[in-house]
Amino acid sequence: MSLLAELTHRCPLSCPYCSNPLTLDAPAGELSTAEWCDLFDQAAALGVLQLHLSGGEPMARRDLPALVSHAARAGLYTNLITSGVHLTADRARELAAAGLDHLQLSFQHADAAEADRIGGMRGAHGRKLEAAAHARAAGIPLTVNLVVHRQNIGAIAAVAAMAAALGAGRLEVAHVQYYGWGLLNRASLLPDAAELAAATAAVEAARAAHAGRMLIDYVTPDYHADRPKPCMGGWGRRFLNITPSGRALPCHAAETIPGLDFPSVRDQALAAIWRDDPAFHRFRGTEWMPDTCRSCDRRELDWGGCRCQALALAGDAAAMDPVCGRSDRHHVVRAAVADRPGLPPPFRYRQAPGRVAAGG
Amino acid sequence: MTAMASGDVPRFARGVRFRFDEVRGRWVLLSPEHLSLPDEHAVAVLQLVDGERTVADIAEMLARRFEAPAGMILADVLAMLDGLRAQGRVAR
Ligand code: SF4
Ligand code: SF4
Repeated sequence: MSLLAELTHRCPLSCPYCSNPLTLDAPAGELSTAEWCDLFDQAAALGVLQLHLSGGEPMARRDLPALVSHAARAGLYTNLITSGVHLTADRARELAAAGLDHLQLSFQHADAAEADRIGGMRGAHGRKLEAAAHARAAGIPLTVNLVVHRQNIGAIAAVAAMAAALGAGRLEVAHVQYYGWGLLNRASLLPDAAELAAATAAVEAARAAHAGRMLIDYVTPDYHADRPKPCMGGWGRRFLNITPSGRALPCHAAETIPGLDFPSVRDQALAAIWRDDPAFHRFRGTEWMPDTCRSCDRRELDWGGCRCQALALAGDAAAMDPVCGRSDRHHVVRAAVADRPGLPPPFRYRQAPGRVAAGG
Repeated sequence: MTAMASGDVPRFARGVRFRFDEVRGRWVLLSPEHLSLPDEHAVAVLQLVDGERTVADIAEMLARRFEAPAGMILADVLAMLDGLRAQGRVAR
């Protein structure tokens, strides 16, 4: 079981596929150091083994080393998911000393100008390269993460070579997931079938080229499939997301689903939320499923797919994921690929917490 | 990539942690995106992985402990460690 702690929604970048919600939590409402530490203790007691410290940019929290050392003492495997732009040599050493187990560093491209354009921050790429060196010098194991889309899909081989040169033990190549910001920017991000085939081939080639030195994990895109992925390993089964202000969610996009009230760790114990909260029960297991899923032999493999995608594409969070070929809304997914504009429209970037991007 | 050999010195790959989990009462093998609960045979082997012992050393210790034929144990230990090597959990 794992817990993803969105320590803050503040971030100096503004990736057009960011998994943060369209309406970001304000800094003033963020959980305090003591509240996070108490939560980590509760999580460990509940059986959580892996803790992902994320954001926003988690390094925007000054108390990050204190949070890491508390989590490590609670026995949690502690992974920092960061853009790296704030990671100096001193801070890397401080985090290593605090007991950080692993660092996942996101890149947007192998080319600096393209990377900075996609992430919406000038100079970010150069700082990421330095961050990787600082992490390795401090002895922190490194994963390089690349979110792929039509505007960087040709860069997989170059990013793999870059990651290997940076000393990453693992590369994660993940296609964009289309809800929130990703959905807003879908026409600018979605690859076509030929681009996807080339990307998959590039991943295979990189696996062979770096075998034995760097592991490559590949998260395939939903829109070209006809069976959905087991989103979060099933609703409320082995994953918990905590927002900066302390709301507990079964998946980071769950708040897009209308009619569900998510509990706050400020009001209730984590164990009680996990066990009893109605929002965590709403799509847990197979009871809630439409008949087609309930009688399908994949029901406990994919758990009916992603609820947020069902909402976004079928207008109903309790429908089967329209990525499934058995869905009567599957044509919506096909149409999104078929109707993709030939040239990507400009990105709509996220803004500082509290505001929604003006668009354009 | 060649398979694990008896003279190799296995160690946990960078970022991989093997520890006892009090909540489950079991040993767990952890990395950022993976969690496995090794069975008792695997646990017996992994407890001896220290980055100094060779696979042959480990097999010999287990053969003594379980009073089993050393050749058979060595084959099992090699197969198990090689599986974890292929998944990137164990290095040498
Ligand atoms: S995806 Fe980009 S903008 Fe969003 S939190 Fe990560 S680095 Fe910041
Ligand atoms: S019918 Fe439901 S359970 Fe079966 S593959 Fe499609 S989404 Fe999954």
